[in-house]
Amino acid sequence: MSAHDEIVGQQTRPQGALARFAAFRQDKPHIFLLLLMMAVALLMMDPRTWVLLTISGLAMGAMVFLMASGMTLTFGLMNVLNLAHGAFISLGAFAGASVLVWLSGQANAPSLLINLAAILPALGFAMVVAGLLGLVFERLVIKPVYGDHLKQILVTVGGSIIIMELIHVVWGPNEIPVPRPEALNGAFILPKSLPVIGGVALEKYRLIAVVLGLAIYGLMTWIIERTRVGILIRAGVESREMVEVQGYRIRLLFLGVFVAGSALAGMGGAMWAMYREIITAHMGDELMISVIVVIILGGLGSIKGCFYGAVLVGLINLYVGYLEPRLAAVATVGLMVGVLMWRPQGLIPVIKV
Amino acid sequence: MAESILSLSGVRADIDQYHILHGVDLEVPAGELTVLLGRNGAGKSTTLRTIMGLTTVTQGKVRFHGEDITGQPTPRIARKGIAFVPENMGIFSLLTVRENMVLAAVSGPVDPARLDWVFDLFPPLKKFWDRPAGNLSGGQKQMLAIARAIIEPRELLLVDEPTKGLAPAIINDLAGAFEQLKQQQVTVLLVEQNFNFSRRLGQSAAVMNDGGVVWSGPMNDLADNDDLQHELLGLGLGEHQ
Amino acid sequence: MLNRILSGDYPRSRALSALLVLIGVCLALGPFLFPGVRAFSMLGMICVFIIVVASYDLMLGYTHIVSFAHTMFFGIGAYGVAMSTDAFGSSFWAVFIGIGGAVVMSILLSLLLGLLSLRVKAIFFALVTLAVAFAFLSLVTQLYNITGGEDGLAVRSPRELGPAFRPFDSKVPGFSVIDFIVGLFAQGNIGQAFNDALFEVRINGRHLMYYIAFVISLLVFLFLLRVVNSPFGRVLQAIRENEFRAQALGYRTVFYRTVAVIVSAVLATLAGVLFALINRYVNPENTLNFELMVFILLMCVIGGMGTLYGAIVGTTVFLLAQNYLQDLLRLLVQNAEPGSLFAELAGPDRWLLWFGLLFVLSVYFFPSGIVGQLRLWAERRRERKADKTPSAPTLKQEQ
Repeated sequence: MSAHDEIVGQQTRPQGALARFAAFRQDKPHIFLLLLMMAVALLMMDPRTWVLLTISGLAMGAMVFLMASGMTLTFGLMNVLNLAHGAFISLGAFAGASVLVWLSGQANAPSLLINLAAILPALGFAMVVAGLLGLVFERLVIKPVYGDHLKQILVTVGGSIIIMELIHVVWGPNEIPVPRPEALNGAFILPKSLPVIGGVALEKYRLIAVVLGLAIYGLMTWIIERTRVGILIRAGVESREMVEVQGYRIRLLFLGVFVAGSALAGMGGAMWAMYREIITAHMGDELMISVIVVIILGGLGSIKGCFYGAVLVGLINLYVGYLEPRLAAVATVGLMVGVLMWRPQGLIPVIKV
Repeated sequence: MAESILSLSGVRADIDQYHILHGVDLEVPAGELTVLLGRNGAGKSTTLRTIMGLTTVTQGKVRFHGEDITGQPTPRIARKGIAFVPENMGIFSLLTVRENMVLAAVSGPVDPARLDWVFDLFPPLKKFWDRPAGNLSGGQKQMLAIARAIIEPRELLLVDEPTKGLAPAIINDLAGAFEQLKQQQVTVLLVEQNFNFSRRLGQSAAVMNDGGVVWSGPMNDLADNDDLQHELLGLGLGEHQ
Repeated sequence: MLNRILSGDYPRSRALSALLVLIGVCLALGPFLFPGVRAFSMLGMICVFIIVVASYDLMLGYTHIVSFAHTMFFGIGAYGVAMSTDAFGSSFWAVFIGIGGAVVMSILLSLLLGLLSLRVKAIFFALVTLAVAFAFLSLVTQLYNITGGEDGLAVRSPRELGPAFRPFDSKVPGFSVIDFIVGLFAQGNIGQAFNDALFEVRINGRHLMYYIAFVISLLVFLFLLRVVNSPFGRVLQAIRENEFRAQALGYRTVFYRTVAVIVSAVLATLAGVLFALINRYVNPENTLNFELMVFILLMCVIGGMGTLYGAIVGTTVFLLAQNYLQDLLRLLVQNAEPGSLFAELAGPDRWLLWFGLLFVLSVYFFPSGIVGQLRLWAERRRERKADKTPSAPTLKQEQ
């Protein structure tokens, strides 16, 4: 069991089903909410649609998790609010798209292996570009305004405008279609013999997104829980000062986390580009709303909360998008407001804000 | 008196816009346990924090081994061999005891021999090794805080009110730990309100008032002089724990 | 008398006073000083956005509340009028019903936001307002049947406020100062330049609407000056400096903050109403867009946060720049090769890039904005003068 879960400490086992349920709702609100949402959705639509939407929702959640994880760590650890994060997502999308267009030969080949020769460079390039920009941005723009939230908001909003305009300069003001690699197109069809859900078509790209998201989540959790860097990050989230007192230059850690977070945002953007197959410079702005909902929902500074928050946001987007498409955005924000009323610190709070 | 390992001369320090230290002169002899005494608000904690580089020094110098460390960043000061145990203990309550100790071992993996020694001093740490530090009792947290400061050899320990709020039995354990440190020639600068504890362990003493040091000398000079105690600390020996 | 009108809050800088008087005169006599549709439309926008930005300054500059929902309230006002005239026809009654509905909705929503700020800390609040504003934008864009969706709604403003209405038939002369000066340089003949600068103004309902907006803008501004210099305003500033201390002094800060948010929201709604009546067309892009929110932020900060006069200066500077900077850039790249990096970077479409850069630089180097900087310079000049006079020694007060 990770130290993360043990905030509450040992308690006596609650008696009775009702008490156990209440305890479950108290201790694991993220799982409770997830199950609740999935159950309610299942009641409101037929199972086949439910399966499709759930997979899509998980895929969207995985990609939003990539984008949001950087921001929650940055805010949790460094107490820095970077509203230019959306611009990093956009930049990653464009960088990745450029590589895909450039390597369209490999991308259009039917073999997955050859496709990877285009996908991996695309993702890699997106991460490098976004990461580099993150490095420059932190040193140049953010460092002078450490500790002043108001100025951070102003400066990062300004920075976001500048970055998006620069995207226009480099890539032009129009939207750009993104060629999704051939092997990622299409769908797996569930065997018809399966009851209820037999014959449902699961899009390959969405499954891959889910797998990738889970892999990155696993990797991040491993790093945070098991490595010294992870211990440093968790300690720094609790008290920057004490980490410095121990003798660690936490500023370098900050920089590293910021760059990593930016790179992840870039990767998320590139993944989203291949998902939607069309990108504009302002896509980052729209996705930022989801990112904001995710990090507030999940709890600032918590990777686990971020993951569950992203899953919840992805699912509610898809479920409501199907049931009543006009209310999808409202439902997402409504979810955030609702959770805030219930848990002002988010689902899995790590720091007291 | 041994030569000074740490010296403050004319140090003025601020916290935000408040002037806290108004010219502190302090010599901390090497290899001894020096106690920093004084009433609440005299500036004792701020002095320790200033040595660690956690406050803004507006005037004066802090020297460690003769080297000027005024205004240097905290991590660099720590790496020179100075450990700090703050008033609120500063342990990471969301991390396990083990992780706290791993972090404290800045140079690398935890030295097993030293760890055994720490476990001897503070047995509860072994018992709660994999539990979150936030679950420990007050006394155990204090043990952890000190254990972190000594898991790697350090030349100078700055400790801020370790006995605050602790039961007498635990205080005894802490005293034993400090005795062992003294034997190892570790220099300790201890801020304390508990005069008995101070008297038992301290070899030198300094008394602060209103942001400055008003008296300094061998501990015995202070401990044996009731009038001096009354004048400087506002009380007699018998009145303090 | 001036003291009472300005609630004791003087510009405190001669340069600033001159600038304000200049802007004031230009706005007051605008239709008769600047010919052309473009200039007229911009005058109206300046009046409207002075209200928007000044009310935003009440939150941002005086209470340090960062909210991204200001455009939402602006949009509520604009859409309120648009929808009610759409439903009830182009009468003044419809307009007032629209105003009433919009104000009620704004009060309710700002109460909700105030309630949320109870549960979450300040930094959350900014993000929450962003999300709520986005949800609102999405709702308006999606509910095509009610709001016209992305196409928006035409505002059927009352006939008296439109171009067809002629209160008097005679034409009023106008004199274009700019054309006069340009003419002087071009021809050197005063008489000729004077004649060329004359133009005719046919007073119609749109001028009436403009002056309604101008007067309301002036009144709102003076009202805000009164608010920030009242005991209420001082508590807001105390909260800005140190909320904890304000609470320790016994002030229920949540109440004060919520009232500030509500007042600010209602004024923004009012501005939205004026916008709808002047512009006669509302859509999500010109009322609820995030880009518009950023513009408001820019105007407030560039003008000078926490000064209120900054709203006047910032709005004017920004709107002028937005309109005419593009022309300037177009001139710049006239001779450049199309497609070259220079053309790309300095092209008229990239005006926002340079403005954004200017904004970021001003946050670092001129955090007090134009007004703040002018006042600083004036104060320094005063101090230098005071040091020079050999009279009684000045009492240097501790900050």
